[in-house]
Amino acid sequence: MIRQHLPALQVILPLLAAPACLLLRRAGLAWLFATVVGFATFAIAILLLRQVLSQGDITYALGGWSAPWGIQYYVDPVSALVLLIVSGISAVVLPYAARSVAREIPSERRCVFYTLFLLCLAGMLGIAITGDAFNLFVFLEISSLSSYALISMGQDRRALTSSYQYLIMGTIGATFILIGVGLLYVMTGTLNMQDLAQRLPAVATTRTIHTAFAFLVVGLSLKLALFPLHLWLPNAYTFAPSVVTTFLAATATKVAFYALLRFVFTIFGAEYAFNTMPLGPTLMLLALLGLFVASAVAIFQENIKRILAYSSVAQIGYMILGISFATVTGVSAGILHLFNHALMKGALFMAVGAIFLRTGSMQLQHLAGIGRRMPWTMAAVVIGGLSLIGVPLTVGFISKWYLIQAALERGWWPVAVLVLIGSLLALVYVWRILEAAYFDAPAKPDAHIKEAPLSLLIPTWALVLANIYFGIDTSLTVGVARQAASLLLGVQP
Amino acid sequence: MSILGHYNYWIVIFLMMVGFYVVISHGNLVKKIVGLNIFQASVFILYISMGKIHGGTAPIVAEGVSRYSNPLPHVLILTAIVVGVATTALGLALVVRINEAYGTVEEDEIHAKDSSL
Repeated sequence: MIRQHLPALQVILPLLAAPACLLLRRAGLAWLFATVVGFATFAIAILLLRQVLSQGDITYALGGWSAPWGIQYYVDPVSALVLLIVSGISAVVLPYAARSVAREIPSERRCVFYTLFLLCLAGMLGIAITGDAFNLFVFLEISSLSSYALISMGQDRRALTSSYQYLIMGTIGATFILIGVGLLYVMTGTLNMQDLAQRLPAVATTRTIHTAFAFLVVGLSLKLALFPLHLWLPNAYTFAPSVVTTFLAATATKVAFYALLRFVFTIFGAEYAFNTMPLGPTLMLLALLGLFVASAVAIFQENIKRILAYSSVAQIGYMILGISFATVTGVSAGILHLFNHALMKGALFMAVGAIFLRTGSMQLQHLAGIGRRMPWTMAAVVIGGLSLIGVPLTVGFISKWYLIQAALERGWWPVAVLVLIGSLLALVYVWRILEAAYFDAPAKPDAHIKEAPLSLLIPTWALVLANIYFGIDTSLTVGVARQAASLLLGVQP
Repeated sequence: MSILGHYNYWIVIFLMMVGFYVVISHGNLVKKIVGLNIFQASVFILYISMGKIHGGTAPIVAEGVSRYSNPLPHVLILTAIVVGVATTALGLALVVRINEAYGTVEEDEIHAKDSSL
């Protein structure tokens, strides 16, 4: 009975729990409740993934109204994987939040914080599960609005201005998506994604559909921070509270990337996007540019969160590069990197949040010698950093391996070389963090800085171990990513 | 079909560009929100325009009426208006907080204050 309603519960549970959090009025209770909900959504996501892998795609008609009239939830391997990573990250971040939020957010705002967190989670899960183009826009705005508010809770006053900047750019992006969806509706008379995919070919050559495609791609690129539309990201990640940075860095851009996959491959189809429209070369150029410019900028940053934020922009380049190949290997490399990057950035930002909890600073110069004071936290940074570079036995290696394979499959060896050079740039900025932490002598001996508490270390290490586990046993991630990519490209696996 | 035949779409494009220009060009944070609102309003009109059918009336079943306008875009845009109102409210709330923290809502003055830190 309940099994049959899992797709709806996946979204409804955090959505209803959010206002309940506000009513609890005690920060401790709200945290406990949010954590339980986080784990419940994670459990649902695992069940959904297992069901999809064993019995095929799940369709769920919301309120009993069948598609194309009603809103349909649709779970296939791509969405199941995104649901898994988003809810998984929330289940890891929430236990971590207790101490970190207590340090960074004033007590009267903590209940609101968990409310917003759950709303944001509900929005992201909704994007991943919905089969309706307009519904996707609504969920995108639920998650975006709550993340603007979450970012503005940072301690620094610059959190306010960066949240404002994100709001302006995010709203422009969302409005572009709204225009695109509207133009699709005007030509096809439907909003259901599968229905759209069937009806679009008949009108695909019209100028309206060309315009819709352009608006959708640009709008989603703003949301997923594709270079050069990434300007909101570095400030937002730098000044947001640590928990928010971790959660958004690991999920927000990934979900927008998923939405791009849906629109480009499921609705428009690879044939239209890559042959009729010049999406392939455009994305590849921007991805490679983003990869190099953002990595180069990251090298010269003094704030450790900002280094990682620019690195995120560069990593988004890798994901986009994957889909720009428009081959099964390429798209599965993009999806793999979506999953893997969430793991590595989640682990890194959590470790950085733990450092902030103890030292109160994000500046590299203040972190001199921290490696001796907080050995476990810094070890997590080391492994996360190695994963970011793409060292074997970590997840970073797996996604780069498939990315290079995809480039060679196409015979584009210069692209493969550029990917490798990009990894070298990652090596430089990761090295700067490690150098400060392990090799610089501390300016003044701070005996009071000690190892981070267990409530922070355990979630961080859970993600670090996931980085290693999925770097060795790739059967789940690669299998699902391949299946998802073949599905998106419409070829038999 | 004359070039003015679809005058509602011309209004949409005009409003869209005006709003977009205000967002980009103005340094005042409140004016940026105003621009964003105009930009969003243009999309609302776009949606409402496309639901209109020549000679169609409001979609209420009544005797002797067989042409109805499509109500779905109207319903969709009601949702989008709600999203727009929420965005405006959040944006203005942020401006109030920024004003408290910086004592100004002009972008260049805020930058000057932050770089002097």
